[in-house]
Amino acid sequence: MGLQNIFSGRWGIIAAGILIGILAPLLQYYGNPGNMGVCAICFVRDTAGAMGLHRAAPVQYVRPEIIGFVLGALIAAYWNKEFRPRSGSAPIVRFFLGISAAIGGLVFLGCPWRGVFRLAGGDGNALWGMGGFVTGIALGTVFLRRGYTLGRNQQSCAAVGWLIPAMMLGLLALIVLFPPIAGQTQSGVLWYSLEGPGAKHAPLLFSLGAGLFIGVIAQRSRFCTMGAFRDLILFRQFHLFSGIAALFAAALVINLVLGQFHPGFAGQPIAHTLSFWNFSGMVVAGLAFALAGGCPGRQLFLSGEGDADAGVFVLGMLAGAALSHNWGLASTPSGIGPNGMAGVIIAFIFCLIVGLSMRESTKS
Amino acid sequence: MSSTLDARGMSCPEPVLLTLNKLKELQKGELRVLVDTDTSRENVMRAAQSQGWTVKEVKTAESGYELLLGKQ
Repeated sequence: MGLQNIFSGRWGIIAAGILIGILAPLLQYYGNPGNMGVCAICFVRDTAGAMGLHRAAPVQYVRPEIIGFVLGALIAAYWNKEFRPRSGSAPIVRFFLGISAAIGGLVFLGCPWRGVFRLAGGDGNALWGMGGFVTGIALGTVFLRRGYTLGRNQQSCAAVGWLIPAMMLGLLALIVLFPPIAGQTQSGVLWYSLEGPGAKHAPLLFSLGAGLFIGVIAQRSRFCTMGAFRDLILFRQFHLFSGIAALFAAALVINLVLGQFHPGFAGQPIAHTLSFWNFSGMVVAGLAFALAGGCPGRQLFLSGEGDADAGVFVLGMLAGAALSHNWGLASTPSGIGPNGMAGVIIAFIFCLIVGLSMRESTKS
Repeated sequence: MSSTLDARGMSCPEPVLLTLNKLKELQKGELRVLVDTDTSRENVMRAAQSQGWTVKEVKTAESGYELLLGKQ
């Protein structure tokens, strides 16, 4: 048929999972924060800090992995003639879903990818987070069965699809123009962390290269951590799930080999032990991802292949991460933020209203 | 004769959800599905095959793909 995509089959998605599962612990080994070889939400949050959108000193760094995810997907999409500029499927709802996902994710301290990497590093608290994530997705499938929809998108001009990739190219240029200066929190327009997770990072070229590579294989395989559980619940289909299972297995093996597996609950890197809030934060995030049609990683890859609605979700995550730190919603290793509970409750109510009200039959 | 389902412009998992509902309703025969992304094309084909339908034809259309699904 001339349309064969080797990554779209069962072994393709498993191979993608294994490769990402190997790369992430290696990124951690070469400098990224603990159990955070790759984390879409944390890395968007660090990037928001580097841009000065929030001023939480320990989490300020333009993460080259995020840039790589988008540009890798862009390259793969162009290479395979799959770049399709499109937009117009309730972008403003997607913006607020992005904000909600970031609020929920930062109460747990991670996206679903990091949830799996935390488990593969022995962090038992992630069991609560992943439990909440699956619960949120299950709730999302109830809305999907009832006819939930954000409406159709429209094909658009190339410029629409290029905006998020262009923003990533701009961020890359800023990293090159304003590299970190030893002992200083500012370099040109960028902010840097002197300590904390934002100060921990693998070498620039390794981070960027790994991000590009992941972007390419994730675009080809349609890798999605939310879709993995959604398809399992909705269709009893294991396709995407086999990818995330492979990712977990590979990360576990590499962590064991590198001495990065430390089972337990207390004292885990960049994690707190408040089970209820680990669970609840990820219920909100899981529901927001299900309503938006993709996990945060997938939203970044879609942004790279021309989906400007996914791009709006990414901008929502950037705004949500900034609000989370400016308003004390985000957790720290010592517990949830002073306003974390309010953030989770409001974001949850918002997602419920979206799930209940956005239906084909309610269009006026 | 065959029915047509237009799933263009829809986000995941709506094309698959609509296709499966339609296949259940039809039980057998033919269904034409229009999709506009490669992801949707792969997902709809995978879902149809899991229900015992065959993909009889994949045509590249101006705005995506036209899939012809069939079951005896």
